[in-house]
Amino acid sequence: MAEEYLVDIKNERLSFFTPAGEVKALNDVSIHLKEGEVLGIVGESGSGKSVTAYSLMGLTAHPGKLIGGTLQFNGHEIEEMGEKEMRKIRGKEISIIFQDPMTSLNPVYTIGNQITEVIRLHTDKDKKQAYARAKELLELVGINEPEKRLKQYPHELSGGMRQRVMIAIALACEPKLLIADEPTTALDVTIQAQILELMMELKDKLGMAIIMITHDLGVVASMCDRIAVMYAGRIVEYGTTDDIFYRPHHMYTKGLIRSIPRLDTKEHERLVPIEGTPVDLLNPPAGCPFAPRCEACMKICLREMPPVTQFDDVHYTQCWLNQKEAMEKGEANE
Amino acid sequence: MLKYIVKRIALAIVTIWAVATLTFFLMNMVPGGPFLSEKAISPQATAALEAKYGLDKPLGEQYVTYISGVAHGDFGDSLKQRGRTVAGIIQAKFPVSAKIGGISVLVSLILGVLLGSIAALKRGKFLDSLISVISTMGIAVPSFVICTVLMYFFGVKFKILPTMGLSSWQNYIMPVAALAFYPTAYIMRLMRSSMLDVLGQDYMRTAKAKGLSGKVQLFKHALRNAILPVVTYVGPMLAYTVTGSFVVEKIFTIPGLGGEFIGAIQGRDYTLIMGTTIFLATLIIVMNVVVDIVYKLIDPRITLK
Repeated sequence: MAEEYLVDIKNERLSFFTPAGEVKALNDVSIHLKEGEVLGIVGESGSGKSVTAYSLMGLTAHPGKLIGGTLQFNGHEIEEMGEKEMRKIRGKEISIIFQDPMTSLNPVYTIGNQITEVIRLHTDKDKKQAYARAKELLELVGINEPEKRLKQYPHELSGGMRQRVMIAIALACEPKLLIADEPTTALDVTIQAQILELMMELKDKLGMAIIMITHDLGVVASMCDRIAVMYAGRIVEYGTTDDIFYRPHHMYTKGLIRSIPRLDTKEHERLVPIEGTPVDLLNPPAGCPFAPRCEACMKICLREMPPVTQFDDVHYTQCWLNQKEAMEKGEANE
Repeated sequence: MLKYIVKRIALAIVTIWAVATLTFFLMNMVPGGPFLSEKAISPQATAALEAKYGLDKPLGEQYVTYISGVAHGDFGDSLKQRGRTVAGIIQAKFPVSAKIGGISVLVSLILGVLLGSIAALKRGKFLDSLISVISTMGIAVPSFVICTVLMYFFGVKFKILPTMGLSSWQNYIMPVAALAFYPTAYIMRLMRSSMLDVLGQDYMRTAKAKGLSGKVQLFKHALRNAILPVVTYVGPMLAYTVTGSFVVEKIFTIPGLGGEFIGAIQGRDYTLIMGTTIFLATLIIVMNVVVDIVYKLIDPRITLK
């Protein structure tokens, strides 16, 4: 493929070396993203969504270590870059919005201070220009009375406002990629919609790519071009939003979609949960990590990791069942 | 803010009055008096002295006279040191104590914050363990033991440092070390745990994600948050330094207020006891108000009411 990707992660493997042993957080994760695209990464807690995105910024927490694969971003080889070079990219070319806006801003500095800080770090604007830019940014993210807000402290703002400030900080240097790590999880439902809308609006205006990490399928459905479904440190299904919602092939994806509350369910109908608990990444099973919870589990699933089954250029899964069906279809065609 | 300060001053006056009253009556309950001595003084002479200083009057009347004097800024004359006023003695001796105390406070703040932060950053490493051992020792060993040990080694055995007086800067080293040891150890522990807490906060992750260097992350974003518990401790630390200086001054024969205070109690120099007590109480109260205001300046979330 000769296409130029903004983000191109190939076969990333990352482990946390804890006193209890090696926790394999990411196993052969591959993701690519073009400029201006929105990729959703969904999965339950501990599936490796955040770890994937953080590793792209060199923000992997302490005992974590990249042990394989390549990470390319905008021509940089992230896995080979030192801390000093990474600093030039962070906040400038890749920005991130965190889950909890209540604790993500430093309580002892004004909003203005925290926004201008990143502007002055990455551009050669002076104090006055940075301040003017900060004001502009607050207007951009829809905060009223920006002059006044710049002088306020985080504790004087509401959660939704603080998340807007976080977005303003992230966008300060017009990054090429914005990572949104569950940006709406800690907010009220009404504010959630506003924040998502704002992000989409800004994406169109500034033309950046977004990686949206969430466990809320509703969020990805409305925003994303492509979706990666992660389970136990692997991408189990990858495809366009339509593929994932209308033509899911992996049993886990099907389970996720079945567990979404719908408007047209009957009154007494229950939501269908996925039974069981996520695997222990300290001792992952030999076969498919989802096999113990899978209702269509076969013998081979417990023994061997399934290979990739490609449905078209984009859509693929890692599942023995899909592999089997594909083979049968292939044989029939012959 | 202004309202707060006015309120604190009013409260301070009440506190000081309570301290003065308590000290006054406790002091008079202790047997003995200022004019007892080994040499027999004729009963007439004692009576004359007591009459001169008003000690022959009933206790209640003495109390009223004394408090009204204090209210007018008059602390009276020393009963034992002829011809010197209490205010004069405090004026002469306090600067000496303030110098030792002030240096110790600064030393313990700087060392404590620095070493505590290093311990937190090097968590689990050798340096962290070493700092932990030192801080445990500092908290466990009382200052008079430290004084004696320091004096024995540096003063007597190696003869590097002078053991008494305050004639040169070398004289300051041992008393300051003895006085600063405990607060330094305490601040180290406080700083270590609060720094560890702060380093794990989400806003530190934000700071890193902005691309800030390690130095800016630490000095701008972590330190100001982590130092808050230390600021809170400054009040009690001042009280410790004041009382600790009694012992240290005595051991190193430093002509400070602590020595005067102990001497006054031993000689039942009533006016001097009262004067120094009120003075030190005022000092601690004022410093606590200052600490509160500094706290507000560092952390905007604090509102002073």
